[in-house]
Amino acid sequence: MSDPKNDEFAITVEFSGGLEMLFNNERKLSLKIPTKDDSGERSNVAFLVRYMCDNVIKDPRKELFVLDDTVRPGILVLINDADWELEGEDQYELKDGDNILFVSTLHGG
Amino acid sequence: MASAHLIDSLQGQISSCEAQLQDLRRQLAEAQYSQQEEQRGRPNADPLAFDFSHGIHDDFRSEIEAVLSHTARAPLPSERWPLNRNEYRRYGRQLIMPEVGLQGHLRLKNASVLIIGVGGLGCPAAAYLAGAGVGTIGLVDGDVVEESNLHRQILHSTARVGMSKVDSAMVALHSLNPSVNLVPYKDRLTPETAISTIQDYDLVLDCTDTPASRYLVSDACVLTGKPLVSAAALRIDGQLMVLNNPPLPAGDTAGGPCYRCVYPKPPPPESIETCGEGGILGPVVGVMGVLQALEAIKVLTRSAPVSGDGVVTAEPPSLLIFCAYTNPMFRSIRLRSRKAKCAACSAQATITPEALTSGSLDYVQFCGSIAPVHALNSDERISAENYAKVRFDVNPFTGFEPKNDSHILIDVREKVQYDLCNIEGSVNIPYSAVTRIPARSGNTKSAEDPEWIAELKKLPEKPVFVVCRKGNDSQITVRKMKELGLDNGGQRWIGDIKGGLVAWRQNVDKEFPDY
Repeated sequence: MSDPKNDEFAITVEFSGGLEMLFNNERKLSLKIPTKDDSGERSNVAFLVRYMCDNVIKDPRKELFVLDDTVRPGILVLINDADWELEGEDQYELKDGDNILFVSTLHGG
Repeated sequence: MASAHLIDSLQGQISSCEAQLQDLRRQLAEAQYSQQEEQRGRPNADPLAFDFSHGIHDDFRSEIEAVLSHTARAPLPSERWPLNRNEYRRYGRQLIMPEVGLQGHLRLKNASVLIIGVGGLGCPAAAYLAGAGVGTIGLVDGDVVEESNLHRQILHSTARVGMSKVDSAMVALHSLNPSVNLVPYKDRLTPETAISTIQDYDLVLDCTDTPASRYLVSDACVLTGKPLVSAAALRIDGQLMVLNNPPLPAGDTAGGPCYRCVYPKPPPPESIETCGEGGILGPVVGVMGVLQALEAIKVLTRSAPVSGDGVVTAEPPSLLIFCAYTNPMFRSIRLRSRKAKCAACSAQATITPEALTSGSLDYVQFCGSIAPVHALNSDERISAENYAKVRFDVNPFTGFEPKNDSHILIDVREKVQYDLCNIEGSVNIPYSAVTRIPARSGNTKSAEDPEWIAELKKLPEKPVFVVCRKGNDSQITVRKMKELGLDNGGQRWIGDIKGGLVAWRQNVDKEFPDY
């Protein structure tokens, strides 16, 4: 913790399929998030989702993003263009420069 | 004015019918011509038949005949080449592509594709597959053509508004390519009919528009072993996946993932928007439908790629994301493989053909539905007719002339809708701006309060009427305003107009636009 620059890293968060509406219609956000969570563990995607709920989301309808402490059904989480299921789901440990894309399923046709 | 509209409309319908008649006459002429051609070429086409039966040594004759036997059995011009003359001409541009070629085209010709949903996705998909010469195309849809479909559902036409979508699509597809065998299913797909409908086909396109139908189509494709090309679109976004590809039996981990592997749980119903609510740009859904046709052609023309150990391979599963207003517009995402505990395609699958056909699986219930909004008491609501009296009638108690500024009318539709048409004197506060205000209780002030809250507080006596498109968002808004203390502890009346602008149009102002 001597070097404060190491306390956080920069990641890109993107939204698709209408989720951007919960984030002030912004499709792409550059976030600086702490490298460690409250318990001193390395920040993972589960932490990122909590962090976004507490600090980023403007819309009070948080239940359209998170349900039961995790991303709600119907949202795919993609870590560097791959389904998070291929990367360890919410236990994936974030690193500087990561791209996390949240995609809401569409049903129209 | 009304009769001018009628004349225009009738003229339009007549010219459309005439165009259809002309097209049918042309098709008839073509069919008669090709029948004549066939008959002309058929009899005694083998010039060797005569020579060989006279004065040639029997042994030699049988030897030659043996060599020529296969040609002797194929004397018809249509059998001389693998495709007939019209087919060479019609499909020439795709036949010369190495990705298709003769074998690929024959696969298309022998293939059958079921298109479920003949709307914004199904129309372009069907047009390209019929154009490409897919032998049999099944069309499933229980709806009729509406005027609001026409900006994107390209097989339908103004003259065919009111016709079933399946019939309308058959007219258009037949005129595009009369050699395609079209099979109509003019009802919605149900769990009871899904397997029997799908099992006769080689490949399925999911062009439906609800989560329930998407789970149903996927489950039925897994149970019948069919690859599924699934697409969806809303507003400016589109998504595309090729699922259950290769379509191996449930439990075989080499098979492609199904819809349930990717989305094990349905989204909450309140998160779902239809094209009618959210809007859709025609070419956005068009592009996704065209891509479905493309993926179908790729799967159907593929010469069963087999890896070294004899396993059928396919492209790794991916999700293609399209957004019309980002650069680049397309993005491809690597998807998971089959889920080890998938309810449909794993070894532990619980979804069986029996469960489906018996109707014991309720997909609508599985996906849930939004309960009608009942956020307000009856004394917090006013009918459209009674609100009209507030605007237009003399007050029977006070004798006051009606005035628009006796009250405040708030329209909570989004601005883009408000700009299309609105009730004179109304004020627009978009619902999205209402929901963004954090919940709180009592008449407390917040520094972040938007200006409209302050404006309403400046006029504490005037009753507030809230209206929206259908009468749901208006109720939530009234609740919210009371939470914010805008009713001064009950001293000011705040309520909504029941049934929204739909009721206003039906019961008060017939000319209010219907969009």
